[in-house]
Amino acid sequence: MVDFSLWDIVRNLLLAARWTVSLSLIAFIGGGLVGLLLLMLRLTKRPLAEAFVGAYVQLFQGVPLLVQLFLAYYGLGLFGIDTSAWFAAGMGLTLYTSAFLTEIWRGCVGAIPRGQWEASQSLALNFGEQLRYVILPQAVRIAIPPTVGFLVQVIKGTALASVIGFMELTKVGKTIANATLNPFLVFSCVALIYFLLCFPISRYAKSLERKLHVAR
Amino acid sequence: MLPAESASPKAPIVHIQGLRKSYGANEVLKGIDLQVQPGEVIAIIGKSGSGKSTLLRCINGLEVFQSGSLTVDSKPLLHDNPAAMRELRQHVGMIFQSFNLFPHLTVGKNVMLAPTLVKKKDAAAAAAQARQLLERVGLAEKFDAYADQLSGGQQQRVAIARALAMEPAVLLCDEITSALDPELVGEVLRVVESLAEEGMTLLMVTHEMSFARKVSDRVIFMHQGRVHEIGPPGELFGNPQTPELRQFLSSLHD
Repeated sequence: MVDFSLWDIVRNLLLAARWTVSLSLIAFIGGGLVGLLLLMLRLTKRPLAEAFVGAYVQLFQGVPLLVQLFLAYYGLGLFGIDTSAWFAAGMGLTLYTSAFLTEIWRGCVGAIPRGQWEASQSLALNFGEQLRYVILPQAVRIAIPPTVGFLVQVIKGTALASVIGFMELTKVGKTIANATLNPFLVFSCVALIYFLLCFPISRYAKSLERKLHVAR
Repeated sequence: MLPAESASPKAPIVHIQGLRKSYGANEVLKGIDLQVQPGEVIAIIGKSGSGKSTLLRCINGLEVFQSGSLTVDSKPLLHDNPAAMRELRQHVGMIFQSFNLFPHLTVGKNVMLAPTLVKKKDAAAAAAQARQLLERVGLAEKFDAYADQLSGGQQQRVAIARALAMEPAVLLCDEITSALDPELVGEVLRVVESLAEEGMTLLMVTHEMSFARKVSDRVIFMHQGRVHEIGPPGELFGNPQTPELRQFLSSLHD
């Protein structure tokens, strides 16, 4: 049996953490873009668009992420599309993230007083101009803390991608644990790395919340 | 009664006919007919719930009405035509009870926003216009301030400057002094009065009866979704014809 030093364990886990970070970024950026698109659709107040986005959000919020990942991985295979774990995990997490972000952001837009819509409407601004110059600049202020906070959920959510064979932090941890027969030590290291990724972000979200609350 | 240069009474600037509006089963406007001449100042009074604010908000399309017709400057109000609404709203300015300044923009940018976006004014011209309008409402030095650094009266005067920047033909004022501390009401009303003197067409929902009496050409008393009484202020306040108006006016003195 191969002997693993603590450094070997940590080094391999840190290398795997790269993929956790990459997958988180893909999910967050992809989810952000899709989420923004869905938000726009919903704000047009067209009944069909609203119903679609509503159903979308309910669907992805109402099914466990783990199951969504299984569906993305095996489901696409059924349609003859050859899915890599990368693609399935990226797509699954993007859809999941977009559903939550669009809902968070809708709340932020909803928090802008109706008078802001009415005043900009009275000044003959069209819908796009209202959003771009009046509503979104104010909504973004409110949205930053909960959005950054949700990034923590996404990072932890990537751990589930291990079940479809994606070699990220948790999956590599499991592999090393099997090899070293010391799962407690290995998963302690895994937990520490997750914590070191998430804790600063949580703190940052908190400080943003305080700062933006004081600011105008 | 009308300024000398205003058009013949044949060409009203606001023309409302058979306007009906309801929220679900509750009809709040039950057939309004009204013609406003250019340069005319109209005060709309009445109890809360009489439909006066709703009527005002119909004129620039903030409220959708179910039947009847409404034209401003002979442009019909068509709710489901964004281009027509954009055109119409350039002719109708509105000032709100709660000011509704854009808090993330400076006072100057508040005034400049719509002219640059809608009228495609270049930044320098829009800024010059904004400075001139702020001067007119007595706030030239507040160009770079934010709304939350101003008093209510100052905010409302900025809102007036912002509406004027679109060079509207008609200005709607929806209880614009109701959210102000009593000592700040005067500064706003003086601005409105100067607009009236310069020939701006004004429709204002107001609780300031002495102001309505002093400035308006005609007063409309609304009651239960109808124009209950209409006429020159001297007649309406001095010799009310209906028991409802008499009761309303006496209730103000309590």
